[in-house]
Amino acid sequence: MHRILEARFLAPEIKFFRIEAPRIARKRQAGQFVIVRVTPEGERIPLTIAGGDPDEGWIALIVQGVGKTTRLLNSLEAGDQVQDVAGPLGAPSEIENYGTAVVIGGGVGTAIAWPTAVALAEAGNHVISIIGGRTRELVILEDEMRQVADEVYPTTDDGSYGFHGFVTQKLQELIDAGRRIDFVLAIGPVPMMRAVAEVTRPHGIRTVVSLNPIMVDGTGMCGGCRVEVGGRTLFACVDGPEFDAHEVDYDLLMMRNRAYLDFERARLEEFERGNHDGPCRLEQQIAALDGGDADSAPPQG
Amino acid sequence: MAEFPPPKERRLIPRQSMPEQPAQQRIRNFEEVNLGLPVEIAIREAQRCLGCKSPKCVEGCPVNIQIHDFLRAIVEERFDEAARIIKQDNSLPAICGRVCPQEEQCEKLCIVGKRGEPVAIGWLERFVADREREAGIPDPEPPRQRTGRRVAIVGSGPAGLSCATDLARLGHEVVVFEALHELGGVLVYGIPEFRLPKEIVRTEIDQLRKLGVRFETNTVIGLTVTIDELMTSEGFDAVFLGVGAGLPRFLGIPGENLIGIYSANEFLTRVNLMKAWRADADTPVLDVRDREVAVFGGGNTAMDAVRTSLRLGARSARIIYRRSDAEMPARNEEIAHAREEGVEFVLLTNPLAFDGDEKGRVRSVTLQKMELGEPDESGRRRPVPIEGSEYTIPIDLAVVAIGNSPNPLIGRTTSDIAHTRWGTIVADESSGRTTRRGVFAGGDIVTGGATVILAMGAGRRAARAIHEYLETGVWEDPEVARTAG
Ligand SMILES: Cc1cc2nc3c(=O)[nH]c(=O)nc-3n(C[C@H](O)[C@H](O)[C@H](O)COP(=O)(O)OP(=O)(O)OC[C@H]3O[C@@H](n4cnc5c(N)ncnc54)[C@H](O)[C@@H]3O)c2cc1C
Ligand SMILES: Cc1cc2nc3c(=O)[nH]c(=O)nc-3n(C[C@H](O)[C@H](O)[C@H](O)COP(=O)(O)OP(=O)(O)OC[C@H]3O[C@@H](n4cnc5c(N)ncnc54)[C@H](O)[C@@H]3O)c2cc1C
Ligand code: SF4
Ligand code: SF4
Ligand code: FES
Repeated sequence: MHRILEARFLAPEIKFFRIEAPRIARKRQAGQFVIVRVTPEGERIPLTIAGGDPDEGWIALIVQGVGKTTRLLNSLEAGDQVQDVAGPLGAPSEIENYGTAVVIGGGVGTAIAWPTAVALAEAGNHVISIIGGRTRELVILEDEMRQVADEVYPTTDDGSYGFHGFVTQKLQELIDAGRRIDFVLAIGPVPMMRAVAEVTRPHGIRTVVSLNPIMVDGTGMCGGCRVEVGGRTLFACVDGPEFDAHEVDYDLLMMRNRAYLDFERARLEEFERGNHDGPCRLEQQIAALDGGDADSAPPQG
Repeated sequence: MAEFPPPKERRLIPRQSMPEQPAQQRIRNFEEVNLGLPVEIAIREAQRCLGCKSPKCVEGCPVNIQIHDFLRAIVEERFDEAARIIKQDNSLPAICGRVCPQEEQCEKLCIVGKRGEPVAIGWLERFVADREREAGIPDPEPPRQRTGRRVAIVGSGPAGLSCATDLARLGHEVVVFEALHELGGVLVYGIPEFRLPKEIVRTEIDQLRKLGVRFETNTVIGLTVTIDELMTSEGFDAVFLGVGAGLPRFLGIPGENLIGIYSANEFLTRVNLMKAWRADADTPVLDVRDREVAVFGGGNTAMDAVRTSLRLGARSARIIYRRSDAEMPARNEEIAHAREEGVEFVLLTNPLAFDGDEKGRVRSVTLQKMELGEPDESGRRRPVPIEGSEYTIPIDLAVVAIGNSPNPLIGRTTSDIAHTRWGTIVADESSGRTTRRGVFAGGDIVTGGATVILAMGAGRRAARAIHEYLETGVWEDPEVARTAG
């Protein structure tokens, strides 16, 4: 069991957590993730470690509520418990002093890119950060990015904030302006990552993306997370999750990520329904988590 | 009290049969297929034993259970004594009695089998263990003294559990680290409920808890904590690696990453560990109801996958295997059960390519017929493709069950533990010593995918060697390291 020390929304459906996990906090490196199970009967889901403190023994997670498990997690508050947290998993980001590094985050991808941006800055890179969202309130972690990056460019699809357009247009603008770029890290929805790869490809800029296939164990045991990179089948949980953006088969990734769409929709609907008409199933699940502890903070359903 | 009839009469007793759920009923549930022998039948079966002076069956058992003695105890209705005899050599009898390939081990050498069917040693072992469990296993005796030495066991499969048992009995402080959220290794995530009820694994683990063994789940050694840290900051005097062969192999043919092509590990993990068969589970498994399933491979894993797919409602379920009947490595009982349940066996056939639809879902597989050629290095005749024999069949779900490679996680973060070129850990067979002082290994991570009983035997041998090392402080490099490289 892992206690939640802090929980607050950064944007609608995007929540920041500090969770007790002393061993993982000591070990984690940028680019690694954990597998989380929220309840004793729950699904195992991968979440990137967004930060942590080895002395205080906690890690940070930033979670976008897209389906049942992430919404359930996002309904928890400080003082609640999470059943299982395993990690740190995956290969750490390859950090070097590349020169000028552009870190691109789309939506919750900004959270996943954030620890690597910190590491790139610490390694001496000039860090340019482009963080995008559909609309103003979906641009997250701008202040945090400003603390580490030398330049930060928020972008919104609807023009409600920052640069009006996609992150790729901003990147193209920088390239067109003759800015020297040595390295690009792009994390966000698959179409965004693919588009970034196409922008940098003609310029031969080394580009890395973090892939988000469906995982089960996260330790190399099931092969469910397999992706094709450079024509080879690799396991994202042990060989990645970061890969050369110019070599990834994005169509395959998108297809495989839709494998359980009907099931996921049904689960989410059920969950949302249970959330509105009582007796709330969510509360029962959380009660199970707390081990029936009556003093624990009441869940916000 | 029953007795042994005279030898002549013993030979006339036919091998008793195991009561089981009827095939048509069992393919609609996940409950155990074999129901266990009633007392009278068990005694009758045990009476078939000739009580050999130098019993061959014992040699056939990898851990040398004193089979003749426990069979005699059954006949004499001293069931507690039978359990005690078995447990001297096997700490997981309820499990081995169910899943050992008996026909290749104890029963293969049983003298009664020379002229008829061998004594059903596996079923009787299970009988004894189940009876003990149902009566309530007495709490294990606490070790007579505590040594103050600490041993870390990595992996909670049969190798790790048996190593932990012996070390705890010897008074060492034992902590088992497990990467997953549940304990038991393949026993919980791989082998299905209908063959090995998880309750049994849980009971065994509870026994270990009562012995004082501590368990830490969700801890991936090599990532959460390294071997170096276990032996320094975490204060362990020795480490046993029983991390299994976890990395699934794929066929390496076109279309293999289409949706609907699972490794057996993924399919079985979703269904067993994550309980995807339950209507209210959060973890999905692709719907096979009224669909066509093809499973590639001929081992226990393949049988488990194909029979699981039937229980999930598959319309047709096929085993596709590139060699013939005789070479199938699965236990005979599993093959027989699969046949009864309506599994179709497509032998001497190899897949060439998968094809899918616009959504990326697998729709068909192209197969090629094979014939048996010269024996290969394993002594089995090598399958050779027959040109022009290709044909395509429609499928909705494929499960690849052609084996596992060792998991590389430990090797990646620990440099001084030598691995073979197949990725297995180099370890001495008799002691489990690796090339690193204080670190031992056993089970599938050393042998490659093998059996529960072999993993258990390796765990126990390592426990003895670890005890010796902790007592004497003497370390010898493993023999194999000097010969292999
Ligand atoms: C390495 C990695 C790091 C990630 N880091 C973060 C992060 O820091 N913050 C964050 O909000 N999200 C992250 N994700 C995505 C997150 O794991 C999914 O959003 C989550 O699993 C969805 O579960 P659900 O039940 O809420 O939604 P569902 O309704 O089950 O699924 C919604 C979508 O999420 C994906 N998904 C579903 N199940 C899984 C699964 N078991 N594993 C992976 N993806 C799945 C599928 O594409 C699906 O269409 C990461 C994914 C990976 C692979
Ligand atoms: C589907 C299936 C059916 C089978 N049927 C039979 C059968 O009928 N009869 C039979 O005799 N054998 C059978 N086998 C084979 C048998 O299960 C294995 O040989 C046996 O389980 C090996 O035991 P082990 O302890 O070496 O490893 P495993 O049982 O694989 O256990 C290893 C454990 O270590 C954990 N682990 C791995 N890496 C780490 C790490 N870095 N840190 C912490 N923990 C880690 C794993 O999560 C796992 O729990 C079957 C195998 C499968 C897959
Ligand atoms: S452990 Fe296996 S081989 Fe040994 S007696 Fe029991 S069933 Fe036979
Ligand atoms: S070989 Fe067969 S008959 Fe002889 S002791 Fe063993 S089980 Fe009994
Ligand atoms: S998630 Fe199972 S192998 Fe990667």
